[in-house]
Amino acid sequence: MTQASDRLLDLNSVGKHFGGVIALADVSLHIRQSEIYGLIGPNGAGKTTLFNVVTGLYQLDSGSFQFAGQSYTRCKPHLLAQAGIARTFQNIRLFANMSALENIMVGRHLRTRTGIWGALTRNAAARAEERATVQRARELLEYVGITCAHQTLAKHLSYGEQRRLEIARALATEPKLLALDEPAAGMNATETVALKALLQKIRASGVTVLLIEHDVKLIMGLCDRVAVLDYGKKIAEGVPEEVRRDPAVIAAYLGGETTTSNLSPLPQAGEG
Amino acid sequence: MDIFFQQIINGLVQGSVYALVALGYTMVYGILGLINFAHGEVVMIGAMVALAALQALLAAAFAPVLAVLLSLLIAVAACMALGYSIERIAYRPLRNAPRLAPLITAIGMSIVLQNLAMMIWGREYHSFNLPFTSNSHHLGGAVMNDVQIGIVVVALVIMAGLMWLVHHTRTGRAMRAVAENPAAATLMGVDINRVISVTFMLGSALAAIAGFMVSANYGIVHYYMGFMLGLKAFTAAVLGGIGNLRGAMLGGVLLGLIESLGAGYIGDITGGFLGSHYQDVFAFFVLIAVLVFRPSGLLGEKLAERA
Amino acid sequence: MKLHRSSGHLTLAIALLALPFIIDALFGHGWVRIADFALLYIMLALGLNIVVGYAGLLDLGYIAFFAVGAYTYALLGSPQFGLHWPMYVVLPLGALVACGFGVLLGAPTLKLRGDYLAIVTLGFGEIIRIFLNNLNAPVNITNGPQGISAIDPLQIGGFSFSSSYEWMGLRVDDVHLHYYLFLGFTLLVIFVSRRLEDSRIGRAWVAIREDEVAASAMGINTRNIKLLAFAMGATFGGISGGLFAGFQGFVSPESFSLMESIMVLCMVVLGGMGNVGGVVLGGVLLVALPELFRNAAGPVQQMLLGKVVVDPESLRMLMFGLALILVMLWRPAGIWPSTQRRREFAADDGVLRQEQETVYDASK
Repeated sequence: MTQASDRLLDLNSVGKHFGGVIALADVSLHIRQSEIYGLIGPNGAGKTTLFNVVTGLYQLDSGSFQFAGQSYTRCKPHLLAQAGIARTFQNIRLFANMSALENIMVGRHLRTRTGIWGALTRNAAARAEERATVQRARELLEYVGITCAHQTLAKHLSYGEQRRLEIARALATEPKLLALDEPAAGMNATETVALKALLQKIRASGVTVLLIEHDVKLIMGLCDRVAVLDYGKKIAEGVPEEVRRDPAVIAAYLGGETTTSNLSPLPQAGEG
Repeated sequence: MDIFFQQIINGLVQGSVYALVALGYTMVYGILGLINFAHGEVVMIGAMVALAALQALLAAAFAPVLAVLLSLLIAVAACMALGYSIERIAYRPLRNAPRLAPLITAIGMSIVLQNLAMMIWGREYHSFNLPFTSNSHHLGGAVMNDVQIGIVVVALVIMAGLMWLVHHTRTGRAMRAVAENPAAATLMGVDINRVISVTFMLGSALAAIAGFMVSANYGIVHYYMGFMLGLKAFTAAVLGGIGNLRGAMLGGVLLGLIESLGAGYIGDITGGFLGSHYQDVFAFFVLIAVLVFRPSGLLGEKLAERA
Repeated sequence: MKLHRSSGHLTLAIALLALPFIIDALFGHGWVRIADFALLYIMLALGLNIVVGYAGLLDLGYIAFFAVGAYTYALLGSPQFGLHWPMYVVLPLGALVACGFGVLLGAPTLKLRGDYLAIVTLGFGEIIRIFLNNLNAPVNITNGPQGISAIDPLQIGGFSFSSSYEWMGLRVDDVHLHYYLFLGFTLLVIFVSRRLEDSRIGRAWVAIREDEVAASAMGINTRNIKLLAFAMGATFGGISGGLFAGFQGFVSPESFSLMESIMVLCMVVLGGMGNVGGVVLGGVLLVALPELFRNAAGPVQQMLLGKVVVDPESLRMLMFGLALILVMLWRPAGIWPSTQRRREFAADDGVLRQEQETVYDASK
């Protein structure tokens, strides 16, 4: 086990239910600094719920989580963003009628300060900040490889570009942890390869990545460690090779009883 | 103590009316996620049409009871047509538009109806008298007349009928399916447009009946009567849990009671500073309180934020 | 290019300065007064535009803030309490009180979904009116339905905007002076709107309008930013209300009915939500057209039908209602839309539309 100080995000026995439906039961995870951590599981396993808990969209019912040394039980999304967790959404939630550049500039909101007074007077500080915001937004567009006109509306970007714009917008908040909800969904093979390279680049820059993905091949090829959720419980955790061979995981994916074989490859999971 | 019972009775009567109107709001909201701002005006149109029909029928020497029933039917039919038209004109073309758009057309529709009514029937109050005497009955120290008894009984019967319709008929099942998941309902072969039209017509029919009731109870109709009534009935729907039929009924009756007890006692509570003409304010404070402390209403499911 | 622009600005400035005299010469005094009211309404509409146009929050009781500003001015600058505080104290105070009411109303309700806000604000507008109507007993505060009269005119030091002056042979009347005063305030409000629109705050408003969940995930404190829009709009309403009270010299609850809220909303919606130019245009049209209409509707009916069948006032409201519906159906972004809103309402193959299609279009 690593030292506590290496850990960025610790979930301690997190539970969440909706009415009588238990979405997460007693889930504990430990995500280390600068790793790519994958979260997989069949449909309805509670992956997105876990995401929503960690990003403040849902309040957890039991347990707690620590992020960057700070403990949370109930917290608003914007405060978690402030603390350094940024996310993307499974079904892309860009500001559809704002330009690509503006989308990222909104991401800078958190790390900029201009208030009403600055906006009205456009004093030196406000102008400098605005210039820096535009500059940073341009850099990020380039960073994620969006080459089209910056004034293009988000909704007019191609699907793959929208996914990448969402990542750029999240990066604009200067996160410690970047949480991606199925970033490869709907991408073709070429785009997926580019995405993989991008995520490695992001990790190399020191940002920890938490990844939900259905594309098991992508997960296995990319992640340092993987956890598997099934029916709201964590059934396995470890390096991809271990997890791939875990009988409980195989059972969960095949939906049958645990087989004696530990060699069956994981099937490609269906879409989300 | 007599005042207390009297206010309970008044509250129940008024609450029955609120409940019927609230059902119209809640059904539409349940299916379209839309506040039908024009619904209050439908109530007003119902009352106006009923009055006009009643006067015409009595002038044509119809038997009083028959005239009352027929005028109610005419009002119901007129409102159903109106509700259907409102949906077709102001809401259906905007189903894919941003949320603000149908809200704005709804307000436009409400203004149009109100001013049309004012042009047709004028700005003055019209008296609405049923063609038979309404006897008063003493219950304890309180008084309740035939009309009030009729209102409560009819409201109960209609609500029971609506529950039956929603839970035991094909149409009702389709309505529930659409409310649950429009896309899935469509895939299962439910004609979503038809269901929405039916919902609007049902709600409008209830509104017509409510309009008739409230006019008979107070003995007057006015082109502006739908606005406050609509606002309060909406409050009732929110109080009960918007989208929930039982909630609308419960909310209606509760709001009626709160209002009438509040109006009866506000003078005592504030030491005479505020009088009963602040009655209209209660609904609003109830609305704010519910929205702040229990936005899902008394019987509503928790509306998870769209995530 | 630059020269061209500034000469354009100069022309506009001269035109705006000369306008009251041109109107006076062509149509008479009454129309200058109408122009004054148009400026007050434009101020109101610009305030509401921040709330509805930028932040996407539907406020149906906006006139209540106008009322609060007007009554603050009226109570502190009239014989009602014998207070005659100067304009430069009362006007900002009215704005502040309106802003306070905005926060008071917004704080509990702004975290809710948009349509709830619409109905709460609608109720709020009515409640304010009920209170104004009834706070004359047992302690007479607002003087009830009679309203407050003999309100102090707008004046700074010894200079009253309600007097006539003669400068170099040019007679400048109260309506002209008020025009310039209101023009100054309107330009200030326009300036504030434009600056905010194109700033970090303005982007946050639009982001919330576009997708509130995503905005909060990006670290925007949605409640506070919405509250800011709400308070900002209320403040403008309060200023406008104070000016209104001083200009009229009389206020009564009647001036603050729901229909006034609707009219201001019409200006924003018809003119072009989110676009300052469109909103100004909407304000001008909606003040001028009904006046023309009022003057024409009676005589035309008289001519065609031999009598006035329909009250011109209700005909006017009917037109508003119809206009709201028709504009939403056929030109949903308004007469002069902001580029952003135009894109939004032009339903092309966007993310938004795709999302909505999955819900409804399956039925087609």
